[in-house]
Amino acid sequence: MLKNRIIPCLDVKNGRVVKGINFIDLKDAGDPVEQAKIYSDGGADEICFLDITASNENRDTIYDVVEKTSKKCFVPLTVGGGVRTIEDINKLLNCGADKVSINTAAVQNSTVVVESSKKFGSQCIVVAIDAKKNDEKWEIFTHGGRNNTGIDAIEFAKKMEDSGAGELLVTSMDRDGTQVGYDIDLMSKISSKVNIPVIASGGVGNLDHLVDGIKLGKASAVLAASIFHYGKHSVKEAKEYLDKKGIPVRI
Amino acid sequence: MNVTIVDYNSGNISSVINSFKEVAKDKVKIEVTSDLNKIKSSDKLVLPGQGSFKSCVDALKNIKGLVDVLNDFATNHKKPLLGICVGLQMFADIGYEESETKGLGWIPGKVSKIDNQNGKYKLPHIGWNQLNTLKDSKIFKNIENDSHMYFVHSYEFIPKDKSVIIATTDYSSKIVCAVEKDNIFGTQFHPEKSDKLGLKIIENFINL
Repeated sequence: MLKNRIIPCLDVKNGRVVKGINFIDLKDAGDPVEQAKIYSDGGADEICFLDITASNENRDTIYDVVEKTSKKCFVPLTVGGGVRTIEDINKLLNCGADKVSINTAAVQNSTVVVESSKKFGSQCIVVAIDAKKNDEKWEIFTHGGRNNTGIDAIEFAKKMEDSGAGELLVTSMDRDGTQVGYDIDLMSKISSKVNIPVIASGGVGNLDHLVDGIKLGKASAVLAASIFHYGKHSVKEAKEYLDKKGIPVRI
Repeated sequence: MNVTIVDYNSGNISSVINSFKEVAKDKVKIEVTSDLNKIKSSDKLVLPGQGSFKSCVDALKNIKGLVDVLNDFATNHKKPLLGICVGLQMFADIGYEESETKGLGWIPGKVSKIDNQNGKYKLPHIGWNQLNTLKDSKIFKNIENDSHMYFVHSYEFIPKDKSVIIATTDYSSKIVCAVEKDNIFGTQFHPEKSDKLGLKIIENFINL
């Protein structure tokens, strides 16, 4: 049967791994290529690189990181952050990325999703949705969480599926970096709305949160950064824990 | 010996190249080309494929003479060929992605959309799923039944002659995930992204 995926995410800035607490207060913690290799050797189902400040800065360093990683890791590699054009996607894929996640550009103009999924195939187009709760609905934020667009996240998720996205990476901006768990309500609402896989992101602080993301949030895959990155848990431990809780994982 | 990865603008083939080079080291030459003479003279071919069935067939046809050279290689000279994902799907007579499109016709059958059973199963079928091996194959040497492989696809190959199927995987129904017909091999999953076991399959193919 198809297994739920565990995806460690590495936030990368200027070619180095960092992990932000609510996207600020960055700490440097290592070489992304080595980190990715540790994760893939430990049983990570995919690796995700997020070039976190890429919307604002020179991002050529990420290409080098992707190229080196893809020669060492033979599990799928997703790269996001600052991806705006078909050319950006093309370049990342040519460097060895298997999937590219599009955030701000998809919100500003969904034709980039339509065109890129036609050109490269839906299988490599992930739309990253950063959402924050506002009263009874969730609104989309862009530019690494700095701009509120007021767009309804659940409607937007459906629109992205219709535009050709192969997967949705849903991050709760309220939870990101807080370690209090995924926004289960948001995950399950989006997952029920669309027929494409949803990757839950934002807020993981312990292994039960991963279980909740899949069982309650109905996510196909769970993404986490800090719990793996600072050595709190290994990917292997996480998988064994999920397995114990009756969640199908690749062990 | 040399192994050629056919570069016909079928989308992203970097991972295929990286994995074959990783396995081949310096012992086997890995070429990546659309040059017809090089393809003809190669010992083995790899036919990758991403995107839609139609876009891949169109891309093959866009390189003048390529389809003839591939036909000659696979069906006359009967040299080993490995199709990956849409590369495998194109072995079929016909595909229904985007529009009805003729395939290479090496293994009679069709490629149609996976039945998602009214939304019960998400599509694409993305992630790690297990092999149910139905019979021995040289490319599955030292690969145990139930091994996990990485899949990403929404369409499935349904061959007429079920004896070509060497493994299936469970998702919605029993999906064909590997075929073998004489010298022609194909995997619906991505061995290049299936970690150590995927690399083992690549090694098995290189060592045929």
